[in-house]
Amino acid sequence: MNLLSKPVELHTSPHLKKMITVDQIMRNVVYALLPVCAWSVYQFGISALALMLVTTVTCLLTEALFCHLSDKSNTVTDFSVVITGLLLALTLPPGFPLWMGAVAGFIAIALGKSLFGGLGYNVMNPALVGRAFVQAAFPVAITTWTPALAPGRFLEFIPSSLAMPFMRPVDTADWVKERAIDGFTGATPLALQKFEQISTDSMDLLLGYVAGSAGETSVVIILLCGTYLAVRKMMDWRISAGVLIAAALTTLPFYLLDPEHYPSPQFMLLSGGLMLGAVFMATDMVGSPMTVKGVWLYGAVIGFLTVIIRLFGGLTEGVMYAILVANAMSPMIASVTQPRIYGQRKKKGKS
Amino acid sequence: MTLLERFSTRKTFGHGIHPIAHKEATAELAIRRLPFAKQMIVPLAQHLGAPAKAIVSVGQEVVRGEPIAEPGGFVSVPMHSPVTGVVKSVDRLVATSSGPKTPAIIIDTYAASDQKVLFEGAVDIWQLTPKKLVHAIQDSGMVGLGGAAFPSHVKLLPPKGMSIDKVIINGCECEPYLTCDHRIMLEYTDKIILGIQMVMAAVAAKRAIIGVEDNKSDAFEMIQSKLPKDGSISCELVETKYPQGAEKMLINSLLNKEVPSGGIPAEIGVAVYNVGTMAQLGDLLPQSRGLIERVVTVSGYGVNKPGNYLVPIGTPLRFVLEQVGLKDDFSKIIMGGPMMGMTTASLDVAITKGVSGVVVLAPQSFENEKPQAYPCIKCGACLSACPISLNPSMLGQLAMVRDYGTMEGGYHLNDCFECGCCTYVCPSNLPLTQYFRIAKAINRKIKVKEL
Repeated sequence: MNLLSKPVELHTSPHLKKMITVDQIMRNVVYALLPVCAWSVYQFGISALALMLVTTVTCLLTEALFCHLSDKSNTVTDFSVVITGLLLALTLPPGFPLWMGAVAGFIAIALGKSLFGGLGYNVMNPALVGRAFVQAAFPVAITTWTPALAPGRFLEFIPSSLAMPFMRPVDTADWVKERAIDGFTGATPLALQKFEQISTDSMDLLLGYVAGSAGETSVVIILLCGTYLAVRKMMDWRISAGVLIAAALTTLPFYLLDPEHYPSPQFMLLSGGLMLGAVFMATDMVGSPMTVKGVWLYGAVIGFLTVIIRLFGGLTEGVMYAILVANAMSPMIASVTQPRIYGQRKKKGKS
Repeated sequence: MTLLERFSTRKTFGHGIHPIAHKEATAELAIRRLPFAKQMIVPLAQHLGAPAKAIVSVGQEVVRGEPIAEPGGFVSVPMHSPVTGVVKSVDRLVATSSGPKTPAIIIDTYAASDQKVLFEGAVDIWQLTPKKLVHAIQDSGMVGLGGAAFPSHVKLLPPKGMSIDKVIINGCECEPYLTCDHRIMLEYTDKIILGIQMVMAAVAAKRAIIGVEDNKSDAFEMIQSKLPKDGSISCELVETKYPQGAEKMLINSLLNKEVPSGGIPAEIGVAVYNVGTMAQLGDLLPQSRGLIERVVTVSGYGVNKPGNYLVPIGTPLRFVLEQVGLKDDFSKIIMGGPMMGMTTASLDVAITKGVSGVVVLAPQSFENEKPQAYPCIKCGACLSACPISLNPSMLGQLAMVRDYGTMEGGYHLNDCFECGCCTYVCPSNLPLTQYFRIAKAINRKIKVKEL
């Protein structure tokens, strides 16, 4: 018998491998985002769909360009860029001019990711970097809201969507007036609450029959998709829980002191981008700490900052900045929350 | 520890992984004896510690069981001849599965011999003083048969100021594919109990606990039925989880205590032995024999006749594989289990005292193409897998920038015992365990240089 007539493989232990890879995780996050996207299209129509396509394609092209420039193998196939593109679109107003969406997509990947070294090395969530840029660059466009479920939304673009590149978008006020249902004022529930102390019904918030960014409106769908990811262990549910708990706890004392002026915790949780941020953005693996205490602390920072910005800042929404700040703090959080290792001895003496 | 584990009453440790066990191929197969190879290779350094020193000369006839090498120090054991035959060489350098070539005694087997163990003498072990008992254990050449091959008698003589009051017997066998300990627990139960009693006598320990993973309930019941009535020895089920059979993990599961970092189990009054070691002690000591054979699981995709074989120590791997038959397509031959064992390039390595299994794995094409490596995406899977609660992700990033000092000083590199859990779960396919091995080796070299 002729043993070993062919070469054997030499390899160091372990020789078994769990069959899960980065692109599987990323693909699953994309799957989980699809229902959110679908709802967004149902709600806001063809404009939302076009916006998603534009941001995603821009992100992919930017990634391919930077891979080419840096002579790295093309990493477009790992789906992480698709996540960035979709998330970015979901955080923008549905009638956001498409050319501005393309700018946001380019900045997200170029500034938010590629310059840091690509997948795994970015400090902050790329989608939010892109959004923060356009928030500063186009402050009017990014706060122009259109009503959900407008008639004819599947056939007709929201007029502002089709603005020519580098041109100011047309005013949508007249367009909104034409088809507004129940006297839509162009304000999100958060803005209504903040400036006029009008609270929106929790049920509408849950189901998403309100104005807002393309993908942030339906809390139920976001939660279901998040649960899918958490069950498949592709998302850290503790971060989302930390964000929501901290947001509720921070709101509570203000609400108890002055319920007339401050929103209720449940309104705080269900409105705006908090749920989308808590489930899909804060849990971005690269920007969040990994230690057990660290993830809770990180979540809590986001929840706390969001509420503080919403209540006392000039903006109506604070999720984006809260997450970006927490992303930046993440390495610090990680270094102060290193776990106690097995059998660790108590430090002798004081140094 | 997941939420469920926190509330379960099952004895276990935190973190760890659940690889597919692959034990069904051999778990039901009784231990069978393998024939004697024509030539035996007995390396002088099969155990941790100082190599043994040959006491035979070329051309000398040896009898099966006869001592052929004496211990090279306190942390060392003698070697015994696995066959009746004639010594062909005493200092030839042979390949080992673990690295550099080491000197070995080569013995040509007498084909005509009936290979009876003649070299023995009955002793009443219960009349021996603890000191003499420890000596007898060293004389038997016994080492940890679970894989570490650490001389058994050393653990019975703890450093000054420490004493052993509990003995833990490791019947976990958490490595996938391996079933030799499972069969030993089923077939050599009485000998295991006897071995435990001898070890307890040697250190005057009051209690012994046998830990068995709960996927081997038949072995658990078998041991339960044969435990002595005085209650000094008990048997407990622990969760089936890798690396349950690691010394530190099993102590944590059974006693809820931790071995201090960088320390030995004796610091908390514990000594841990493998069930295979106990069975051999119970078998050998009453007749003052030496360790000349062990049970080896030969399994995996590439093996035609998988099984649990009683193999003479020194049998060349080539002979073992010829006996069981190999398929044409396989990728790796692993000495030991697939999580911590080593691949071998040569078939001329010997089955030594520490080899608990030979696993031949299927080619890669079975599981699609070669896994692609991604950068670390900080998913944290390795943190929730590491049984020591290290931060493998951080250690890996430090390894990539070659900051080996910080790995040791800031992130407890030396507490890693290379179980491979982090590499197993890593979705980016990073060879973390390998990084840590290299880092440790370089740190060791730097320290030697500084001296």
